[in-house]
Amino acid sequence: MNRRDSLKALAVGTVSVGTLLSSCDKKEGKDSVAAGKKGAYGRTPEEQLNDEKLMAEKFFTAAEFSTITILADIIIPKDDTSGSASDAKVADFIEFIVKDQPDLQLPLRGGLRWLDVKSLKLFKKAFSDATAEQRIQLVDLIAYPEKALPENAAGVSFFDTMRGLTATGFFTSKIGMEDLGYKGNQPNAWDGVPDDVLKQFGLEYDAKTLEQCLKAEDRGKIMTWDS
Amino acid sequence: MAIEIKTKGELYDVCIVGSGAGGGMAAKVLTEAGLKVALLEAGPDYDPANPEQQTQLKWSYESPRRGANTTRPFGDFDAAYGGWEIEGEPYTKAKGTEFDWFRSRMLGGRTNHWGRISLRFGPNDFKRHDFDGLSDNWPIGYDDVKPYYDRVDKMIGVFGTKEGIYNEPDGYFLPPPKPRLHEMMIKKAAGKIGIPVIPSRLSILTRPVNKDRGSCFFCAQCSRGCTVHADFSSSTCLVKPARKTGNADVYVNAMAREVLTDKEGRATGVSYVDKTDMQEYQVNAKIVVLAASACESARLLLNSKSSAHPNGLANSSGMVGKYLHDSTGASRGAFIPQLMDRKRYNEDGVGGLHLYIPWWLENKKLDFARGYHIEFWGGMSMPSYGFGFGMEKTNGKYPTVEGKMKDAGGYGAALKNDYRRYYGSTVGFAGRGESIPRVENYCEIDPGAVDKYGIPVLRFNYNWTDQEVKQAKHMQDTFEEIIHSMGGVASGDKPGADEKYGLLAPGRIIHEVGTTRMGNNKNTSVLNKYNQAHDVNNLFVVDGGAFVSQADKNPTWTILALAMRASEYIVDQLKKQNI
Repeated sequence: MNRRDSLKALAVGTVSVGTLLSSCDKKEGKDSVAAGKKGAYGRTPEEQLNDEKLMAEKFFTAAEFSTITILADIIIPKDDTSGSASDAKVADFIEFIVKDQPDLQLPLRGGLRWLDVKSLKLFKKAFSDATAEQRIQLVDLIAYPEKALPENAAGVSFFDTMRGLTATGFFTSKIGMEDLGYKGNQPNAWDGVPDDVLKQFGLEYDAKTLEQCLKAEDRGKIMTWDS
Repeated sequence: MAIEIKTKGELYDVCIVGSGAGGGMAAKVLTEAGLKVALLEAGPDYDPANPEQQTQLKWSYESPRRGANTTRPFGDFDAAYGGWEIEGEPYTKAKGTEFDWFRSRMLGGRTNHWGRISLRFGPNDFKRHDFDGLSDNWPIGYDDVKPYYDRVDKMIGVFGTKEGIYNEPDGYFLPPPKPRLHEMMIKKAAGKIGIPVIPSRLSILTRPVNKDRGSCFFCAQCSRGCTVHADFSSSTCLVKPARKTGNADVYVNAMAREVLTDKEGRATGVSYVDKTDMQEYQVNAKIVVLAASACESARLLLNSKSSAHPNGLANSSGMVGKYLHDSTGASRGAFIPQLMDRKRYNEDGVGGLHLYIPWWLENKKLDFARGYHIEFWGGMSMPSYGFGFGMEKTNGKYPTVEGKMKDAGGYGAALKNDYRRYYGSTVGFAGRGESIPRVENYCEIDPGAVDKYGIPVLRFNYNWTDQEVKQAKHMQDTFEEIIHSMGGVASGDKPGADEKYGLLAPGRIIHEVGTTRMGNNKNTSVLNKYNQAHDVNNLFVVDGGAFVSQADKNPTWTILALAMRASEYIVDQLKKQNI
């Protein structure tokens, strides 16, 4: 929805336009992503301090961080629609979330170590030093839970965690949400499922529903009742 | 250390403890009647439109944890401060029992967190003893409360439709929003197996009810608090107008310690600790109204011991804290293959369900008492923390766009495309039912524990019975029937008897009531039918504590109606000089 449509949507209600526009027109730049500023997303003072504390800490070593970046890009690469996991700064998100949820620390650190040891056995070098083909060769051993060998179970479990965190980190980012085609989080006037979608699913709003439900033109009118 | 108790303000007509649904309504009615009111709130001031506090219309990536629930139990963007655990404010549980206590310390209390589901209790809900004998009747009936429900509807606003269902009384409704796609599919599927699906009843303004509040702009985020005040929260709809009268002094960060009494045992005010300076204060008032939540009000009464009230205030019956009961809750998710590869459009809608399933069966034919309603969710909502988890459990089970099967899990471009294909294809069902109020389920003061303010804390004693477990089993069976009827695949394994069929621990649905129940017999109840303490006629409790039984409805609309009724009774009794 463009700014003009937002204004139109707003005009039908007796809303605090200033408040709303400052929300939906806000540039979502790097500053707000960093979320280090007071009030950036409605933190209490205690929550703000906690965020700042976590952000000042460092958990992964440079080598671990680099391996996470490589793995995340294998899981979510750039394609015709959107950029890669590293374009969406997924590794930064994973670095934050393991500090926020310490239960994730051991499985990830241990999993990274498992990966390096496996790589050492197979290729005589750490995962990040392996060639692109070798990395894929190793990932193929742990990326398919139903056909992976029992001896690689620990790696499978680690990769499942990495896959989940990478997907969350990517699709909750700005480029990920655009890729997914999420259209909401903005003022609008919901008027039901689009006609072509209804047709596709063989559904329709019956007369009773249409009669009972909100009519877009009534949105700004104060409700009155007969009695 | 020198310690003294400072008195705040004048001698008030009324001191209200708690600014949630009950306290907010009392503040509005009493101040508009010209009474001078002190309103005590244990948390900070709050307005969802305050840019420093606003979470509405934020994007998931504005939170470094992408909205995860690490600090707020319903996620970073939920409006409610607090949760089941609050640092420095513990509670305990008797061995072998369970109860989780959700508290929200902020102006508006827990009305900042809820689904805005605003259902009236029906005629049967006030008289459950007459149907199954398992608990007591209320001393009042639907006809006593109906006029207040009517006024709450018009004052606050609730959308819905007139359905003519006897125990789901109609009200003064705003028009509901049109159903979303998955809701239409559920309605069709449930209809095939004889389960009714009707428009939900939520206190969200699809049309304005006055000039002070805007109308909904469909961002699906009521749980975050609304910057144009188009949904109900007590801070927005009740405390704000109370402040406008000029008759209310609102004391925030004021953690009530006890209700003060004189030698005759009458309430004279409330003492509290100010969390910001940790000093002790008291507010003196002619009438005290407790609305601190069912358990917190019970705690206050039990902590207000004196020679006139050795068992705690208003507790000559020994019933304070007893009959604690929460709604039952169980849930199940499902994947709907038909919803793969969906066309994208904005289907945020209002903050909550557009349709729901009211209780539809007769208990005579069932092996458990009382009913439940079913809520459901789904759709192309904003991705937040947890999005994409567990893809390896799904993407090996369904064919690709080319019609081929592939190995579960994976990585790369093909996996990336799977997330797009599966987006918006899951739905979830949640049952919310009526439990049996039992004298054996209660909260009491733990003699061995205090919070960081030195206030003795609550110890909970609560166990579900077979009634609730069987009800949860019935919920699970029903969820599966509906899921199968719509061609879906239920997620995970169906919880069995060993897991009580997924029945959540008491306190998890945050509908706990009953701890200061009303009744005509002062030996078996704490309050009379006007929420007035039997023992102390200038003391009232207007939160969920007054409930004799919780229906399978969310309690807020009834708390509001009863608080309005009790407040007008106070005004009337003052006029008649009976208090």
